Amino acid sequence: MSESFPVVVVGAGPAGLAAACRVAECGARVALVDDNPQAGGQIWRGAAPPAAPWIRRLEQYRVEWIAGARVFAAPSLGALSLESYEGNREIHYRNLILATGARELFLPFPGWTLPNVMGAGGLQALAKSGLPVAGKRVVVAGSGPLLLAVAKYLREHGARVALIAEQAAHPSVVRFAVGLAGSPGKLAQAMRLRAGLVGMRYLTSCWPLSAEGDGKLERITLRRGGKTWSEACDYLACGFGLIPNLELASLLGCKLNRRGVAVDDFQQTSVAGVYSAGEATGIGGLDLAIAEGEIAGFAAAEHLQLARSRFAERASARRFADSLERAFALRAELKELASADTILCRCEDVPLGRVRECASFREAKLHTRCGMGPCQGRVCGGAAGFLFNWRTESIRPPIFPARISSLR
Amino acid sequence: MTLRINGQTVEVAAGAMVSAAVAAAGVSQFRRSVTGEPRGPLCGMGICFECRVTIDGREHSRSCQIPCAEGMEVRTDV
Repeated sequence: MSESFPVVVVGAGPAGLAAACRVAECGARVALVDDNPQAGGQIWRGAAPPAAPWIRRLEQYRVEWIAGARVFAAPSLGALSLESYEGNREIHYRNLILATGARELFLPFPGWTLPNVMGAGGLQALAKSGLPVAGKRVVVAGSGPLLLAVAKYLREHGARVALIAEQAAHPSVVRFAVGLAGSPGKLAQAMRLRAGLVGMRYLTSCWPLSAEGDGKLERITLRRGGKTWSEACDYLACGFGLIPNLELASLLGCKLNRRGVAVDDFQQTSVAGVYSAGEATGIGGLDLAIAEGEIAGFAAAEHLQLARSRFAERASARRFADSLERAFALRAELKELASADTILCRCEDVPLGRVRECASFREAKLHTRCGMGPCQGRVCGGAAGFLFNWRTESIRPPIFPARISSLR
Repeated sequence: MTLRINGQTVEVAAGAMVSAAVAAAGVSQFRRSVTGEPRGPLCGMGICFECRVTIDGREHSRSCQIPCAEGMEVRTDV
């Protein structure tokens, strides 16, 4: 099956939804593709209140919504191969918008592979998809404002959140919080968040040293200052911030920079006709994702004047993104958590000690099979980037494991 | 909605993902790693492949990305 669209948007999170809506409003036919069964992305997950107006708008326009389908290859210029549980299709585009979002950064520490040690966003995503957390004792750890949102969500759904362990130091978190006063929307959001966290232990300069249990998580050991102690828990929700999903952009030959996909003022990448918006261009949060998505949508629909009308919003959202990055920069001590026998690559069970002997991610792949399993380095690659400063985005199709029958 | 996890009947709300149904059945080990370690979901969003199970005979299905359907047969790697 093959179809053609003037504009295709990959990713139906905030940036992709905003982009698809703006394209449709300009009168162009647009297809919106997402791996998940529902629109909304990882933040909104379906028609949560902030997503609802965008999803309603999509329904008003002629948007071809392709759910539960992942792009696994780009067989020719202007074409994408999609695989879903039901089968395959190929779609063609004149302009493409990559709104592929971000994933959590996971760092290895002893015991991090035990069942019930999950990402912070990971546990929240699972809870949102029906995992019962009521009565469960949870420790939330890692870094960034996501930890607070996750803790609040889990508590609202009946979990007992024992504590939140934030690796950043108190002064930088306070500076970040004070900085929010400059953007009233963010401040209001922070206040609501704070109200949902009353009475919860929030420890800065604190991080997990190890997770222990027989066949599944039973307790974790934490460090803060000179003090080390254990907390019993059913779940550890642990993420060290977000990293952009760059696989598709890399496959298409888009240039990358330190933050993510490199784009110009109109969100166009180094490849003509290919745009990128949201976390894929650098971690910046919801407001930046929406502003970038709108600009990319208008630009891809060739309405540059309308695109310009969102430049100021994007600039202000970007200042927030910069303060976020400064406040939650990861401390060097986190590089020492894993020991030589701690598994780094969870797909192929490659311990850190073997990977550490290699000079690059490519060499680690060839010599140890690190990054060669089904996740294709999406988990260990992020960790290796932080631990060894390796670049890990070299990519070949299929960019997701695909069925043999898909690879003709 | 009713489905079976390793032969055990589990009741879940409509819209729940298979991963949630597996956990609700009290199963924390979704698969065994290549060296035999127990593993369960990590990312919750379809990128880590740790939550793979067999759904209606289809192996290596990412349980966090597939909604439950009435009468589904799910097997974890025990």
